[in-house]
Amino acid sequence: MSLTPYIVLSAILFTIGSIGVLTRRNAIVVFMCVELMLNACNLAFVAFAHQHGNLDGQVAAFFVMVVAAAEVVIGLAIIMTIFRTRRSASVDDASLLKF
Amino acid sequence: MTAFWVLAPIMVLAALGILFVRKAVHAALLLAVVMISLAILYAVLEAPFLFAVQIIVYTGAILMLFLFVLMLVGVDASDSLVETIRGQRALAWLTGLVFAVVLLVGLTQITFGTAVGLDGEGGANEGGNVQALANLLFSRYVFAFEVTSALLITAAVGAMVLAHRERLSPKAGQAAIAAQRVRDFTEKGTHLGPLPPPGVYARHNAVDTPALLPDGSPAPASVSRVLAARGSVRAADTLADDIDDITAQLGQDVATKPETSGKAGATASSEEDQAATNGDHGVRGQGKGDHK
Repeated sequence: MSLTPYIVLSAILFTIGSIGVLTRRNAIVVFMCVELMLNACNLAFVAFAHQHGNLDGQVAAFFVMVVAAAEVVIGLAIIMTIFRTRRSASVDDASLLKF
Repeated sequence: MTAFWVLAPIMVLAALGILFVRKAVHAALLLAVVMISLAILYAVLEAPFLFAVQIIVYTGAILMLFLFVLMLVGVDASDSLVETIRGQRALAWLTGLVFAVVLLVGLTQITFGTAVGLDGEGGANEGGNVQALANLLFSRYVFAFEVTSALLITAAVGAMVLAHRERLSPKAGQAAIAAQRVRDFTEKGTHLGPLPPPGVYARHNAVDTPALLPDGSPAPASVSRVLAARGSVRAADTLADDIDDITAQLGQDVATKPETSGKAGATASSEEDQAATNGDHGVRGQGKGDHK
């Protein structure tokens, strides 16, 4: 079993996720694309763990999942707060944060 | 490898779908497809613990959280097509494609050799994948694991702080609401009792049919304001007209048997009921005849 197809799939998913972050305007969809990128990295971790025959990659993927869960909780709470004040979930409408 | 070649096109198509679908709910469902496929790939790659965690944590918890927030924010919160930075969308696509090409060219030039694998004799999964992962987590990665707990607690507290809203006015209790009602009655003459129920007619008793007032006009308070705003309230007059039709159909009965006509007119029943009452009449008439 070769490793290359897994890594290529991981790269494709990561690229799709990054394009989504750059092009979509809905903050929640942007968040989903970030999750897609994290998942692509996890796939690479697990594939490399299988390639090298040790479990460090799986432990790393596990930590990525934990951090992703924490990140989603905080991120969605921020989106909710912004939506409450601005009545919009678009990332463009929150541009006044810099003033 | 069969599982991979079946799942990989599905995953790429679903991921591309996230970029193009208009509704955020559809994007969430496509993400669920990607994540479940990933879980199966983890199982293929001899990581049964991560297979379970991927399904439970990602598809079970995180995606449901996404869907909850989508419901709170509003399902129809779709993308605006206005570009705040000119040409940003096209440039983003160009950058993404260049990134993909560079990454793929680089990756395909590497050869990895044969995989060692985790299962089997002397593999890292010997004695169980979960046990082996636990050995690693609580020995070499124990500090990172403890820091993770601090991170999770911070995230939980942060979410509570962000979602908390200070109440500016005291919450109205039952006594306060009752007092307000009586005050409204004395000052504005608002009806003190509960709202009237929706109309009950021979063929309709749904909540979208208003009740009739004694003068024959529909009572506006008997249907929900939401239904009225949507414009899906039925006209009560057409329903009430049925009553006249039925009394007209029963006219002969009314003429011949005045003692039951009041009852038939008041209930204004449907055809089946009508037939039943007619039959009833017939039986009663026979009985009367026998009695004579």
